[in-house]
Amino acid sequence: MTLSELANPSRFLSVANRAIPWLGGVTAIAFAFGLNLAMGAPDDYQQGATVKIMFLHVPSAWLGMLGWGVMTVAALGTLVWRHPLADVAAKASAPIGAAFTLLCLVTGSLWGRPEWGTYWVWDARLTSELILFLLYLGVIALWRTVEDPSRAARAAAILTLVGAVDLPIIKFSVDWWNTLHQSASVFRMGGPTIYPTILIPLLVMTLAFTLLFVTLHVAAMRNEILRRRVRTLRMMQASAVS
Amino acid sequence: MAAMNHLPFIVGSYTAAFVVVAGLIGWVTLDFRAQRRALADLERRGLTRRSAAAHPGPPMTEAKA
Repeated sequence: MTLSELANPSRFLSVANRAIPWLGGVTAIAFAFGLNLAMGAPDDYQQGATVKIMFLHVPSAWLGMLGWGVMTVAALGTLVWRHPLADVAAKASAPIGAAFTLLCLVTGSLWGRPEWGTYWVWDARLTSELILFLLYLGVIALWRTVEDPSRAARAAAILTLVGAVDLPIIKFSVDWWNTLHQSASVFRMGGPTIYPTILIPLLVMTLAFTLLFVTLHVAAMRNEILRRRVRTLRMMQASAVS
Repeated sequence: MAAMNHLPFIVGSYTAAFVVVAGLIGWVTLDFRAQRRALADLERRGLTRRSAAAHPGPPMTEAKA
């Protein structure tokens, strides 16, 4: 099956209906495996038991950025190629990305209190992550404000492309500024600085969260296609009555 | 002792993650049911899309979740 065939909403629905139960099953297995490893991981020599919060915090941070990354590619699809599923993909990604960005902020605060002695500091990494969350809320509000989906899609696509500037700022904030937040310890030149007993559970949990994101995104895209069909039929009904 | 002091923060984090994940799963599941119900209702009233009328498939009431 080619991408252009999948671009047909009916074809996408057919594939999604078959794929979602399998994706859900694989996600559940990955979480069972990842949580088992995470609970068995030793305490960190500096962080102690709070390192277990990292198994949630790091994947959430990754998914918050992945969600906006998906929306950025979809925004190009909307504005440049006018791909029929691009704005569906963007709209479906926003609430999921927002939820994981919020989870990243919450788990970061809960880790920060015992480790830094505070729930929050106006550090470059934390602030840029908060800006990402606010951008998500802005784009969700925009989708809800403009009634016509195609007009809303174009406006949201422009906001998404502008907001994409925040992604490299989040990633490199710890290098560009003197921050309280630690510098990169997984994806960095020279390899990870984390010991395997903690790195492996972290990577498995990140994989499980990524699978969850894919499952939720496909399911949310299916819902959005159905919502647009309902809208079209209701408009047909209204025009028939008038 | 430190682990016990930090326990509320660890439990709080895992509870927050559970709430967020359960909320997202609940949101997509309930939304799917609502859209499917709305489509089935419109189909019962005889409203179908032109493409669906040309290539009739199973009605939404029978569509697999």
